[in-house]
Amino acid sequence: MTENTSLNQLPLKDLHARAGAKFAPFAGWDMPVSYPPGVLKEHLHCRAHAGLFDISHMRLFEVSGADAAKLIATLCPLEAAEQALGASKYTFLLNEQAGVIDDLIVTRLAADRFVIVANAARAVIDERWIRDHATGLDIFIEAPDRVFLALQGPDAAAIIEDAAIDVSGLSFMSGFEPRPGWFVTRSGYTGEDGFEIALPIDRASAFAESLARDERVEWIGLAARDSLRLEAGLCLYGNDLDEETDPISAGLIWAIPKSLRNGGPFIGAQRIAEIIDNGPAQKRVGLRPEGRQPVRAGAELTDSDGNPTGRVTSGGFGPSVEHPVAMGYVPAALAKPDTQLFADVRGKPVGMRVVKLPFIVKRSQKG
Amino acid sequence: MSALSTTYYTEDHEWIRVENGIATVGITEHAQEQLGDLVFVDLPSPGANVAKGDALVVVESVKAASDVYAPVDGEVKSVNDALSSEPGLVNSSAEGDGWLWTMSIADEGQLDGLMDADAYQKSIA
Repeated sequence: MTENTSLNQLPLKDLHARAGAKFAPFAGWDMPVSYPPGVLKEHLHCRAHAGLFDISHMRLFEVSGADAAKLIATLCPLEAAEQALGASKYTFLLNEQAGVIDDLIVTRLAADRFVIVANAARAVIDERWIRDHATGLDIFIEAPDRVFLALQGPDAAAIIEDAAIDVSGLSFMSGFEPRPGWFVTRSGYTGEDGFEIALPIDRASAFAESLARDERVEWIGLAARDSLRLEAGLCLYGNDLDEETDPISAGLIWAIPKSLRNGGPFIGAQRIAEIIDNGPAQKRVGLRPEGRQPVRAGAELTDSDGNPTGRVTSGGFGPSVEHPVAMGYVPAALAKPDTQLFADVRGKPVGMRVVKLPFIVKRSQKG
Repeated sequence: MSALSTTYYTEDHEWIRVENGIATVGITEHAQEQLGDLVFVDLPSPGANVAKGDALVVVESVKAASDVYAPVDGEVKSVNDALSSEPGLVNSSAEGDGWLWTMSIADEGQLDGLMDADAYQKSIA
């Protein structure tokens, strides 16, 4: 594979190769897509016990300085000055039209220090956007090189305690620094309880291997990461979110504090208030294909009369729910649960029902 | 009749077992390994006339959909209905119970360019 020469390589690549991973390019990285158990078993193992993911392709930004809260409150619809120490928030960078530049987790570690977790494919754009808006402020921005692991599933808390990280006081959507250079949040993107652990590269191999040796743990590749997040009804940037899509249409208004819904200091505030006022024209909905055939991203949707009504933005098979699952955007009038739609799959219409998200009962709290 | 069969392989990782002028087609063990767990197999209708190279079957894993092509011209005679309830048969028995369809062979000359088992094994080594 000659194209792989230009891909970023994970610091723990050799460890994944020894674990039998199959690799494929994703967002400029050579990523483990699956391991010997295969996508179905990996997915189910994560929901039954615990899955370990290498998410080092995602980017950490540390924003510090006297104006840190002010910068965050400009970039994101967050009450950053009031954000509790240790609190993690799911949020986004918005442009003036309220289009989503990226979706993020922002954790406040100290009065003047925040950590942002950004998507791999958007990291360069994010960093430029953040730095541009930091001009003239008392701000220091760092992008520390870390190995970044996620441990997800009902056994995750017990396993991480066994690994000598005390998370007993850590509630969902909060984070702390257990050791110098380490950053742990109780969060994740599977719908399960779990943790994301950033740690220095020279410590990572031993730590990851000690977790992977635990019989409750399996390595999980990107393919099962995708089916897990899809069952949990979570957005994938580039599929379900982009710069043309606002968070209200995306059904993410819950992530915007009530006090900021009528305006605020953040970029895109005015447009957000307008969209809330008028109601979004399109809405992201869950879609359940009838039958067994997966309906994937890009499939065009029509109503019962054959009129175009939107498109599928994420779709595949849900191993835990044992049927195909999808999400997409439809006109607001068609967003009611149980609305009958059709997807075009290779020229054949496949019946779809609008359903409430998520497809599974989440064991994590709402982020 | 003696059940003399010959098995051919394609560069697209399909196997074709020819017996009494009828071809049984499936994907190879190597192909199922690469695809991973299948969750759906979209089969054609018996009676369909197909040309070599037509995308005839779609095998869907959790992650992606992949085409399986008609290896020769001919008519679809039967499909493996067991796959509609148990697509995983392709994973557990790619070159046996996980067969996809049978078809007539309009021109046996089209088989000449295909690989035998040894050549195929070398091609994936």
